[in-house]
Amino acid sequence: MEGGLVLLGGGANGGGSGGSSGFSTNESAMSEASSYPAETELELGLGLSIGGPTGKINKASGRILTAKDFPVPRRASMNGGTPPSVTVSGTKRAADQSVSHDSGSPTATSQVVGWPPIRSYRMNSLVNNNQAKAPRAEEEHKGINEEEEEDKAIKDGSKLKKPNENLGHIGFIKVNMDGIRIGRKVNLNAHSSYHSLASALDNMFLRSAGAEKQQLTMPSKLLDGSSEFVLTYEDKEGDWMLVGDVPWMMFLTSVRRLRIMKTSEANGLAPRFHERNRTQRSKLI
Amino acid sequence: MLKKMAFSFPDEVLEHVFSFIQSDKDRNAVSMVCKSWYEIERWCRRKVFVGNCYAVSPRMVIRRFPEFRSIELKGKPHFADFNLVPDGWGGYVFPWIAEMAGAYPWLEEIRLKRMVVTDESLELIAKSFKNFKVLVLSSCEGFSTDGLAAIAASCKNLKELDLRDCEVDDLSAHWLSHFPETYTSLVSLNISCLGSDEASFSALERLVRRCTNLKTLRLNRAVPLDKIANILRHAPQLVEFGTGTYTADVRPDVYSDLAGVFSSCKELKSLSGFWDVIPDYLPAIYPVCSKLTSLNLSYATIQSPDLIKLVSHCPNLQRLLVLDYIEDSGLEVLASSCKDLQELRVFPSDPFGAEPNVSLTEQGLVAVSLGCPKLQSVLYFCRRMSNEALVTIARSRPNFTRFRLCIIEPKTADYLTLEPLDVGFGAIVQYCKDLRRLSLSGLLTDRVFEYIGTYAKKLEMLSVAFAGDSDLGLHHVLSGCESLRKLEIRDCPFGDKALLANAAKLETMRSLWMSSCAVSFAACKLLGQKMPRLNVEVIDERGPPDSRPENCPVDKLYIYRSIAGPRFDMPPFVWTMDEDSGLRLS
Repeated sequence: MEGGLVLLGGGANGGGSGGSSGFSTNESAMSEASSYPAETELELGLGLSIGGPTGKINKASGRILTAKDFPVPRRASMNGGTPPSVTVSGTKRAADQSVSHDSGSPTATSQVVGWPPIRSYRMNSLVNNNQAKAPRAEEEHKGINEEEEEDKAIKDGSKLKKPNENLGHIGFIKVNMDGIRIGRKVNLNAHSSYHSLASALDNMFLRSAGAEKQQLTMPSKLLDGSSEFVLTYEDKEGDWMLVGDVPWMMFLTSVRRLRIMKTSEANGLAPRFHERNRTQRSKLI
Repeated sequence: MLKKMAFSFPDEVLEHVFSFIQSDKDRNAVSMVCKSWYEIERWCRRKVFVGNCYAVSPRMVIRRFPEFRSIELKGKPHFADFNLVPDGWGGYVFPWIAEMAGAYPWLEEIRLKRMVVTDESLELIAKSFKNFKVLVLSSCEGFSTDGLAAIAASCKNLKELDLRDCEVDDLSAHWLSHFPETYTSLVSLNISCLGSDEASFSALERLVRRCTNLKTLRLNRAVPLDKIANILRHAPQLVEFGTGTYTADVRPDVYSDLAGVFSSCKELKSLSGFWDVIPDYLPAIYPVCSKLTSLNLSYATIQSPDLIKLVSHCPNLQRLLVLDYIEDSGLEVLASSCKDLQELRVFPSDPFGAEPNVSLTEQGLVAVSLGCPKLQSVLYFCRRMSNEALVTIARSRPNFTRFRLCIIEPKTADYLTLEPLDVGFGAIVQYCKDLRRLSLSGLLTDRVFEYIGTYAKKLEMLSVAFAGDSDLGLHHVLSGCESLRKLEIRDCPFGDKALLANAAKLETMRSLWMSSCAVSFAACKLLGQKMPRLNVEVIDERGPPDSRPENCPVDKLYIYRSIAGPRFDMPPFVWTMDEDSGLRLS
């Protein structure tokens, strides 16, 4: 680099960790935050400025902080020490890395929320692109171009992603619960089963603080009809169905949004619910 | 007396002079000259811009500017685009509409970004403002096509309805037919984000036919290719057009129809849409390519050879949005054909794939930087980068004003040397003296922040993720970047020290976002107590922060300056730290 730089801190050079790295949930980065005279630091920050690094008066900050003010930065780990994260909703890391993809190629980026920074609108469009190709392949009448595209795909060594491979990346969908004004969004991508989805929704809706929710019991069985609420979804055709009836992957391709409905209202839904009860009842007799 | 006569013009003269000053910054500067200029200016300000809807209250704005005609409001922080801000955080526009409805029957323009807009708000707009002309909703949510129907039905003078990347509840496509048959003033319509599986084609066609001043039309995905010709035929005067789906069975009659209408559009400068593109239909747009200045192919899943062919037909291109299918080879062609290029955005087609699916590397960006002398704004997603490439880019293109690089895998080092990319980004800030916006990625230590603090004096917005080693990094930025207005940070080991030491700086900025960092609850409380003009919001879905030890880091922190005080529309997972925060939470 041309032009000497005045290095303010002590050896603050990070090491190279060489290529892609996973995420560590180590605790050491945390301890920096704990014990130091917070009050005095703040007073200094608000004090009159003396001069900035370039010699000009820097109105925004206080005195020049030197190496003495900062402990030698700890290189928490080779991976740079990301602080631990305890997450509940919108799972930070995929609940299950072993998602039941039809593909088989594992994803390199663990499914961190909001990374890479692509708007959900665009993300969903990417998903739609890949999903759209799948049903098209099933159509009876194939346009000439589809055959050409498939040919190209095979020739180029599948440069175009094969339709099945990206079905998992469906992204965020809306969830509303009866009686709660504000809806939420859940990342279906981060779940590999109904069970994991249901517990995420439990955490999201039924455990947070708030007067509205205090009267609810603690149903953790959204799926088997034993609680006051039942989990339903709207499919691509606009019909409301009970969650849990179809295989998980099929559910992913057809779900548009979710609704946590009062069990009493769910009676009009998916006839299978009644049939199941009827058969169960008949079995008991 | 003498002083007054010597130095003042009559108010009317000043007002006339001020009317030539449109930019907010300049207007704000004018109002600070003296009391009388403040008074005159506030009465003649016609456009108000509020960068953070919680920084000021609607009543305050109305009190100060009694006669504005146009308002622009922004709500949620930028990271809301990537789902980092939980639903329900806030940004409701209704209170603003309600206040303005009472005070301002002559309001003409409303522009909103990242706000929650309900059907109720839209209905209130339709009812209250008789001369309403412009509604631009950018990344907004909370409304349905019912609200749009209300606008269509009542706003007789509507000129612009622009829905950009909004989440709209598609209840019915028939909202379009609510535009009365007598309505003809539409100039710009953007419904590209609507999803309706069935679109009201006949209503759309009739609307286009009778609005002869229509200049911008961006259709949504539901409009099939064979309908486009019919629509375009009635609007040869269009300047900006967004297609719907660009796919169909290849039929010569559809193709020639399309080619025909495109050749009759002599004013067309901007094209977008192109969902599900079939390459065979692309040549239909060749007649307009030579005049195109803006092309958005970021939803077009076509491969490099087709993209190259298309791009080489567009020598006057100034703005290109494209998927990484264009590859390095395509970008090289772009660099040699489009010498007027100013803005380039390359999006990833498969961001979650383990292996790269296309051959797009740092070389593409280098080629464009070397070849396009006017390039000033870049958003580039790729999988590898080197310091060498960044230095080359910086040296050859010092006129960058916006440089956003996203290396898809966090903490990726220089692939040639395995070192951090500090030096590369350092070169960017050192050479590009007018850089206003920067997004970092890759493996970065505190050093890069030192470079930024030292050189990036015009930087207004900085986005940081998975970078840095210690508080020193944050301190460099807060103490060095004089023009900084917005800082957003995620997953960095920045804690209390730098934040508290630079507390005063925060009042000179619009906002600071920090998520998954190491700022403790204690520090948040302290900031809230000591800085009454900052709203310090702790966003934590794990439950109340005081149910954990004080030195526990908070999940998300959003700090913004405000003269409106703490807000009261917060959901259960947001807490504002203020003077009494110590008392209130216990």
